[in-house]
Amino acid sequence: MMALYLRDLKLATRAGGGALTGILFFMAVVAVVPFGLGPDLKLLAQVGPAMLWIGALLASLLGLDRLFQAEREDGALDVMLMQETPLVLTVFVKCLAHWTASGLPLVLVSPLLGLFLNMEPTAIFATMLTLLAGTPAITLIGAMGAAVAVALPRGGLLVSILVLPLVIPVLIFGVSAAYAAVEDPAPFLPPFMILTAITLFFAVIGPAAAAVALRASSE
Amino acid sequence: MPIRLRVDGLAASRGEDPIFREVCLVLDAGGALLVTGRNGTGKSTFLRTLAGLHPADSGTILLEGVTDPTAPVRESLQYLGHRNAMKRDLTVAENLVFWARFSGQAGDPAKDGDAALEAVGLGGLGHLPFGYLSAGQQRRAALARLLVAHRPVWLMDEPTAALDTASERMVEALIARHRATGGIVIAATHQALDVPGAQTLTMSGFAVPT
Repeated sequence: MMALYLRDLKLATRAGGGALTGILFFMAVVAVVPFGLGPDLKLLAQVGPAMLWIGALLASLLGLDRLFQAEREDGALDVMLMQETPLVLTVFVKCLAHWTASGLPLVLVSPLLGLFLNMEPTAIFATMLTLLAGTPAITLIGAMGAAVAVALPRGGLLVSILVLPLVIPVLIFGVSAAYAAVEDPAPFLPPFMILTAITLFFAVIGPAAAAVALRASSE
Repeated sequence: MPIRLRVDGLAASRGEDPIFREVCLVLDAGGALLVTGRNGTGKSTFLRTLAGLHPADSGTILLEGVTDPTAPVRESLQYLGHRNAMKRDLTVAENLVFWARFSGQAGDPAKDGDAALEAVGLGGLGHLPFGYLSAGQQRRAALARLLVAHRPVWLMDEPTAALDTASERMVEALIARHRATGGIVIAATHQALDVPGAQTLTMSGFAVPT
């Protein structure tokens, strides 16, 4: 399984891999916000966490459709389906590698982008923490969509649309936890716990559902 | 204990159309089966059905003599499809090492990979990205995968596609070597492969054998 993880990381970082695309998209989205909203520093600080979250959400959706499609196109999926290793585990490891290559970098660059948006250190740190807890859920939910659309030649948009309703809760609790850290009366912990619970929930459901869809699509 | 592949009353369809019906065969250790027939008669579908990648309408596929009889048969098969199952951006050696590790092969994958490349006539090309190779070389590298991840039964779909005559002899030698060690080979092919003592199965499209 380590071999699969390392291979997917290598593929993501080499030419043609999607790791950099997500980060550049994230930076582009967040960098244009100050220009669009104008030089109102207070307003920027206020919308900061939400903008970071929306940017990260869209950037994570970007490369998800290739998660299984690339494997199917070169025939590797057929061989993976025939292994003794449970397919659920294979899917989970692929998700983990995908998140390490394209989700984790988003979390790491978010403090820098927070500065663009005039956010306070507490808000930046809280947003980073919620992104760290929430982005794995986006990948795991996306794996289900990617598996369903694996046989479709232009599944990219379909995957995003299938997945979007399911990731809305992640966005809601991620943003509300980030705001709760800076606005006093609201407690930080409850929304953050729910966010973590969503991630754990989909860590179980996501790979299982994706495995079923992949088996069905091999016909 | 030598293995034996037993297929009984196998049938499969694509959508509404039946592709083949009532295919029965027994292959002992060291046996081989050549699946022939015109384009579109279901050779690939037959192999994919055996591999568990296409649902069978009816029939059973049994592999006797394996260590764990309850495990699905597909885990004892090695499938070489039309596509090579190799990543263009990784080197040939990285591809092979990955498949060896992923298939749970014991031993030193790097050394096995070199030996396998030597056997398919690609010795010394392991450091090149797979995408740099020509179509025939890519096919040979894909054949090397069968050698690094050992499974008793090989399912080969057009193994000699894009290969020159010398490489076809090489494929015949690989098949012979695998059979000599007690393996079973099932190959779908257009080319006249010289596989001594092989059974043949001619796919005829929708005609139902009686």
